[in-house]
Amino acid sequence: MPTPDAITVAVNGQPLQVARGTTAAAAFALASAPCRLSTTGDPRSGVCGMGICFECRAIVDGVRHVRTCQLPCYDGMKLETQQ
Amino acid sequence: MTHAEVLIVGAGPAGIAAATAAARTSRSVLLLDDNHAPGGQIWRTDSLAPNPRDRHRDAALTSLQQSGAQLLFNTRVCDAPAPGILTTLSGEAITHIEYDKLILATGARERLLPFPGWTLPGVSGAGGLQALTKGGFPIAGKRVVVAGTGPLLIAVAAHLAAAHANIVCVAEQATLTQMAAFASAIASSPAKIWQGIKFRAQLRGAPYHTSTWPIAALGDTHLTSVRLTDGSRTWEEPCDYLACGFHLVPNTELASLLGCTFNGDFVAVDVLQRTSIGNIYCAGEPVAIGGLDAALIQGEIAGLAATDQLQQAQALHQRHATSLQRFVTRLEAAFRLRPELLTLAHPEDIVCRCEDVRFEQLVPYTSWTAAKLQTRCGMGPCQGRICGPATQSLFGWKPTSVRAPLSPVPVSAFIQFDLRTPTAPQEIP
Repeated sequence: MPTPDAITVAVNGQPLQVARGTTAAAAFALASAPCRLSTTGDPRSGVCGMGICFECRAIVDGVRHVRTCQLPCYDGMKLETQQ
Repeated sequence: MTHAEVLIVGAGPAGIAAATAAARTSRSVLLLDDNHAPGGQIWRTDSLAPNPRDRHRDAALTSLQQSGAQLLFNTRVCDAPAPGILTTLSGEAITHIEYDKLILATGARERLLPFPGWTLPGVSGAGGLQALTKGGFPIAGKRVVVAGTGPLLIAVAAHLAAAHANIVCVAEQATLTQMAAFASAIASSPAKIWQGIKFRAQLRGAPYHTSTWPIAALGDTHLTSVRLTDGSRTWEEPCDYLACGFHLVPNTELASLLGCTFNGDFVAVDVLQRTSIGNIYCAGEPVAIGGLDAALIQGEIAGLAATDQLQQAQALHQRHATSLQRFVTRLEAAFRLRPELLTLAHPEDIVCRCEDVRFEQLVPYTSWTAAKLQTRCGMGPCQGRICGPATQSLFGWKPTSVRAPLSPVPVSAFIQFDLRTPTAPQEIP
């Protein structure tokens, strides 16, 4: 049963329940999915946590290059690893 | 076009103190930040867990709320197209903000140095892992090595321990002698030593190694262990996360774009926090890495000075300048990088994470500009904010001119707005 404060997002197509207030970067970490693949194909995740390094950028609801560390999840958000 | 008599960029402690001091004069004060809440990094709130009470933060935020300053979040500055005007980006909307006085309180970021495996998921900045945890990632039960250098390491380890992480160890590259000198020096400040004692108690028995640094992060698609050394002995610590940062570097890109004069890596200011440009002030880490107390005091001085409360500003400066400067000097001495840290990267290790530029590709070049042109180092979306300080440490390269936009702007925003026509500004609905 979803708790009142839980919302559901999708990480690479897999549904994931997260607490309201969770950042999209944390949702990727919870799903053990990288935020992006580097130009040579290596998995990467957020490094600086403050919107500077751009390693946490991913595809959010179809929009590429979104920094997920500064973005709170909302119900129905679709997160995809950016290739 | 939005207009503010005093515009403040950055809502960390320095920006909050500046906005509060300035808004008390009933002038129109606008405080903007690219995060979704005030506090900067040090006062970032935990989105899930109840936040421990912090007297300083709570008092500062209450004063800010009562001051009458307007707050604008999720907004970043991308250009300074003409004197008295900044261009900002919020989502895909570009707006011009006009100001009479501008206060830069843009804070600092962690210095990250390349070493084998540093790009593996599970390896992040020290503050980076703290931010992820505050953003709702449950760190409880995870094994964490905290490494690098600087006072941030203890603060991060304490925070993660309080969130029930299993802190494997803290590896501080500074020597015990350096750390002891620093600890005894800050003992003269009651608030700081109290913080230190509290943090040590909160480490819950995790080993705190001095003269110890990481030489490799190991794992396939995620970190599984960290190789540490004290210069003579090398060992591996199995872990899930490595929180690793090498002290701080100032965020000075906006000051540079505005044409402010620099003193080395820092923005040059006078006793009233005025930069070389008459109506632009700067406070906090961009002026010198001096910590929370300096940020609060300099922010207040800037806010007072920008609103013509010169006597109060000068009095604050006279009361605190000497002790703040002493603390800056002590931080520098305590957390100076040991030379071994500059030889950690192997030829095949990535230095520029955005463009996957390897160490060996950079070796033939003698300047930042040449390396950029030939290898694309520093040409990715972070615009050299991570690899720039790294190559400055590794090769002594000085970053060259900063150009607009300060961070990537979506093409859709460009289409809606001409960045270079501040004389005919349009509000994007």
